[in-house]
Amino acid sequence: MQIFINESSSEIENGTRLFELRGKLKPAADLLLVNGHPVSDDLSLKDGDRVVLIVRGKVPTEKELEALLNVRHTSAVHEKIKNSCIGIAGAGGLGSNVVVALARIGIGELIVADFDLVEPSNLNRQHYFIDQIGMPKVLALQETVKRISPQVNFTAIYEKITPANLNKYFSGVDILVEAFDEAEQKTLLISHFLREFPQIAIVAASGMAGFAPANMISTRKVAKNLYLCGDGVTAARPGQGLMAPRVGVAACHQANAVLRLLLGEEP
Amino acid sequence: MNLCVNGQSRDYPTSLNVEQLLATLELNRDQVVVELNREILVADKYVDIQLKDGDTLEIIQFVGGG
Repeated sequence: MQIFINESSSEIENGTRLFELRGKLKPAADLLLVNGHPVSDDLSLKDGDRVVLIVRGKVPTEKELEALLNVRHTSAVHEKIKNSCIGIAGAGGLGSNVVVALARIGIGELIVADFDLVEPSNLNRQHYFIDQIGMPKVLALQETVKRISPQVNFTAIYEKITPANLNKYFSGVDILVEAFDEAEQKTLLISHFLREFPQIAIVAASGMAGFAPANMISTRKVAKNLYLCGDGVTAARPGQGLMAPRVGVAACHQANAVLRLLLGEEP
Repeated sequence: MNLCVNGQSRDYPTSLNVEQLLATLELNRDQVVVELNREILVADKYVDIQLKDGDTLEIIQFVGGG
């Protein structure tokens, strides 16, 4: 019969049992996944099963990591995620967290643009580390993504995004994430991009400052191909600063909207 | 002139361009995205676009923070 072992199709004898397979291929494996679920008891394998054998504590190869994602997502879903290209304009509190979420699910290609350096004041909400202070944010993120999902193809653009260079960097994306800070920059980016590329969806954000209830933050369609995440009203201002929890909620709303669009669902 | 703005019907005594409509609504022209009859507008054109009876607009406001 035919099964998949670490996502490679393999012919095994009918009636082969899981522990027997482990004994032959990877006796040290102490984490066994069958069709995405951890299994602790021996069982009889069936045609079409997907088996992943893992040695805990040993760093898996890129191929093995990919296999794990594939099993977790199921192939049809994973193929769509892996073959997608997402643009992220801005790598601050929203952008850095969106990038990390999308990297973790194994998006094939991320194109991230930002012109800023990592500063100490960013650490309260942005996905950077003390030892990255002073680095261009896009390069710091590239480093982080490599540590999470080395198979992700990451393009870092250390440049200010303007209507003039928007086409150059983002014309080939499947979806664009707007992750700027200032309202004026957000509207400029969105209106230019939607006019240039009316067929490409934008997932934007507005309203996630302070510590109002997280449940005020929602994802909604506000125009053709324009989705908005946030509460729409809480602007960053003195006394209502940006903080990790709500910015993170909004960023993950954006990442989930991207994922749903890729899978053909309305966000 | 009757306009549908964000799903609400509104009557205006005089003809307006997009820039004037935003001023009437007390909206900051640089912090909104305007969709007129399902087409996104660029801000440079707000003064040139004269609204007509029956036009449908979606005006999406943005606040700072990210």
